[in-house]
Amino acid sequence: MSITIHIPTPLRRFTAENGEVEVEGQTVGEALKDLTRRHPSLERHLYNDQGALRSFVNVFLNDEDVRHLERDGTAVKAGDTLSIIPSIAGGGR
Amino acid sequence: MNRFVISPRHLQAIHHHAGVSYPEECCGVLIGHAGNGTSPTIVERILSVGNEREDSRHNRYVISPETILAAQKEARALGLDIVGYYHSHPDHPARPSEFDREHAWPGLSYLIVAVERGRVVEAKSWRLTDDRESFDEETIDQVAGRPSVPAGLAKEAS
Repeated sequence: MSITIHIPTPLRRFTAENGEVEVEGQTVGEALKDLTRRHPSLERHLYNDQGALRSFVNVFLNDEDVRHLERDGTAVKAGDTLSIIPSIAGGGR
Repeated sequence: MNRFVISPRHLQAIHHHAGVSYPEECCGVLIGHAGNGTSPTIVERILSVGNEREDSRHNRYVISPETILAAQKEARALGLDIVGYYHSHPDHPARPSEFDREHAWPGLSYLIVAVERGRVVEAKSWRLTDDRESFDEETIDQVAGRPSVPAGLAKEAS
């Protein structure tokens, strides 16, 4: 089952500059694993040493943050879109 | 040095956002064509978004993932990308702080506007180095004539 993952600008250097990658999987976790199988250098930017999604990386299934769903176990279906969204923060001093 | 191309009107809108937000930090999304070191970053639209921090708004900003997702959709619909973000530094220079560095992503432009006592004094654009250790300053080129209508999410810049 093919779903589309949208890759944000700062991570495209790890996907041969592709902004969209088609992957296979039944769950969010499987889809992301297929993404990192196709583009291994992405893995350390998405996951920490414990294998959990990094805190400053957000994954949305269509319009819903998967942390509000069933995280990696969230089921996906053909035609769904996953978006990887970097957290953006900063400030002076 | 990477070139950062923005219209005077967009830059003026960002300055205005920074001024009216003083003494708090403002922030927004830069949409356009991403630079790659040889080609310049070109800003086509700006999205002035609210600072979603609930505390320390004088020296911190955050843009929620939901806001970024909406901005990304808007950019894609136009065949554009998110190429960076802007924010202000009230009573502080237009250079990235350590906190900025810790939270920055490579491959994006970070435009910082210094505001002193409510008045914009300078704007500088920066890119995180690949080793994440520091920032390289970009050359800001003001080029008129680019599309200048702020997009749907704009709150301050329209």
